[in-house]
Amino acid sequence: MWDYSEKVREHFFNPRNSGPLENANGTGDVGSIKCGDALRLMLKVNPETEIIEDAHFQTFGCGSAIASSSALTEIIKGKTLDEALQVSNQDIADYLDGLPPEKMHCSVMGREALQAAVANYRGEVWSDDHEEGDLVCKCFAIDAVMIEDTIRANGLKTREEVTNYTKAGGGCSACHEKIEDVLIAVNGRLYSSEPKPNKAPANLPSESPVKPKLTNYQRIRKIEDTLEAIRPMLQRDHGDVTLIEVDGKKIYVALSGACQGCQMEAATLGGIQHKLVEALGELVQVLPVGAMAHN
Amino acid sequence: MKPIYMDNNATTACDPAVVEAMLPFFTEQFGNASSIHSFGAQVGKALKEARGRVQTLLGAAHDSEIVFTSCGTESDSTAILSAIKAQPERRTIITTVVEHPAILTLCDQLEKEGYVVHKLKVNKKGRVDLDEYKSLLGQFGDRVAIVSVMWANNETGTLFPVEEMAEMAHEKGIMFHTDAVQAVGKLPIDLKSTRIDMLSLSGHKLHAPKGIGVLYLRRNTRFRPLLRGGHQERGRRAGTENSASIVGLGVACELAMAHMEAENTVVKRLRDRLERGILGKVPNAFVNGDTLYRLPNTASIAFEYVEGEGILLMLNKQGIAASSGSACTSGSLEPSHVMRAMGIPYTAAHGTIRFSLSRYNTEEEVDRVIAAVPPVIAQLRKLSPYWSGEGPVPNPEQAFQPEYA
Repeated sequence: MWDYSEKVREHFFNPRNSGPLENANGTGDVGSIKCGDALRLMLKVNPETEIIEDAHFQTFGCGSAIASSSALTEIIKGKTLDEALQVSNQDIADYLDGLPPEKMHCSVMGREALQAAVANYRGEVWSDDHEEGDLVCKCFAIDAVMIEDTIRANGLKTREEVTNYTKAGGGCSACHEKIEDVLIAVNGRLYSSEPKPNKAPANLPSESPVKPKLTNYQRIRKIEDTLEAIRPMLQRDHGDVTLIEVDGKKIYVALSGACQGCQMEAATLGGIQHKLVEALGELVQVLPVGAMAHN
Repeated sequence: MKPIYMDNNATTACDPAVVEAMLPFFTEQFGNASSIHSFGAQVGKALKEARGRVQTLLGAAHDSEIVFTSCGTESDSTAILSAIKAQPERRTIITTVVEHPAILTLCDQLEKEGYVVHKLKVNKKGRVDLDEYKSLLGQFGDRVAIVSVMWANNETGTLFPVEEMAEMAHEKGIMFHTDAVQAVGKLPIDLKSTRIDMLSLSGHKLHAPKGIGVLYLRRNTRFRPLLRGGHQERGRRAGTENSASIVGLGVACELAMAHMEAENTVVKRLRDRLERGILGKVPNAFVNGDTLYRLPNTASIAFEYVEGEGILLMLNKQGIAASSGSACTSGSLEPSHVMRAMGIPYTAAHGTIRFSLSRYNTEEEVDRVIAAVPPVIAQLRKLSPYWSGEGPVPNPEQAFQPEYA
């Protein structure tokens, strides 16, 4: 049985706002019957104020899908459409005191239903870019499709590179065989991941040979610029990031606000690392400031 | 109220007599059966007795055909890997699409390594087509290393004609293995009168403890061990014997033999009562599998337009333990491969619940479950976009078509 929080259980056993909604003027149907999770979100929006006066749901799905739907309706009621659209899937998961990694897609489905329902109200067509594969890395909730896309986009060849780019396999390491299977599926073979000490990684696609080598100053400026570009995204979720120290390939940052201690902290660091790797054209490691003390 | 356990195809409670028989082997009878001294000799005697009891339940010709392993999965792996190692010129395996992952995952891996795996399809009732099987045997003939077909399906209880299929394989000189972990103890088995070469058994499915299994290995079957080392199990499965569990399994086999008739009369009646009771009260529900040829203890019921996990959570709250045919663990996980293979629509496959009974269940428990299920289904259907009032919405598949279906 899943390790559901009390809040998830409570919303499952006593769902709020379930069943059809009379006079709904915005409806979003999302999910997949094949996967066994689908949701219809119905909104009653005041045309004058754009305030969501009522929200109901109907869900075909597991316990956490029902709880996520219930939580979503509670969160968005009384908000304007624009305010509601700021609600992230993490907000839904946080409202429920967290979801198991295998069940995070339930909160994603909630957010997508909201986007679809708002689009429906506004007479727009909502199209999703949703694609989910088999869950590969349970520590960081990374699925096969995401790993596949990252391998293709960056020409990754080894398991270590996949971990550097996506975080997948960076935890308990039980999924390394599965990651190698994805690498074989994409590349047609498995490249050996022998360590190549002190050799310029010229074969790494991200390190273009024409790119001039940055001076230390330029490099740190580039890191700062990249972090600056990421900060608004974090601030939207009431978090923030500060650069603390650059020690060769190790970049130490401090997460603050809502990012601090968030269960997605590792995923956030992984995302920052991804951006920095792209910007610098070299493999770097982003670590929380706390890791400095231990070194 | 006392909880009700109806998930015996997942695992069973150890019979108290089994536990009692095991206890001395943790304390004074701790010897290694291989030792010369008296500590070992007593254990050796107990193991021999247990082996005889397993032999009796399986109807094996010799007690040396019983090889103790750690679990059903180990027995399955040993059987298949032995067949391909002992016959390196044969690189084809025939099995079915509805096997347990212990077989299917192994076969998928072997496919990656270059072996050819043919999986027999099943029809709506979960039956294999013997003509298709016959033509596969004819087509691949002496390229086939082994045929592996489960005796009874764990999800639906559907029985496969393994005795007949073993005869057919034997005629072509092909080895036959059956994963019988769900069948042993529930059906009378007499291996000496069949052409089955290997059979897997799992202790914890018949009221013995977890961590003990058996591979039945017919005398003169070509064999290569999975684990090599000491001379235990006549060199066919090295590693110090799990003496306490082997003794426990022996007692469990004796008890299974004694309860065989009750399993097929008393337990079967309870199962039928449960099925009739639920189907009589819940609309849009049906039984999966082959209702004519199946285990006496298993009821697989599909409740349309609701998802299984919700049902299980609500039943669990009332102290009722069952299992679902679908485990939603990731975004793209489909419902059980067994339901899909039988062509059960997604809206029903996801709502499938398996009740599997044992001799410990009572009529009173069955009646409590019959009373508990209909309100649970009704409550979840109230949340379902496919349901409206007393029945499904008209044209459910058209009425609700979510994005990225």
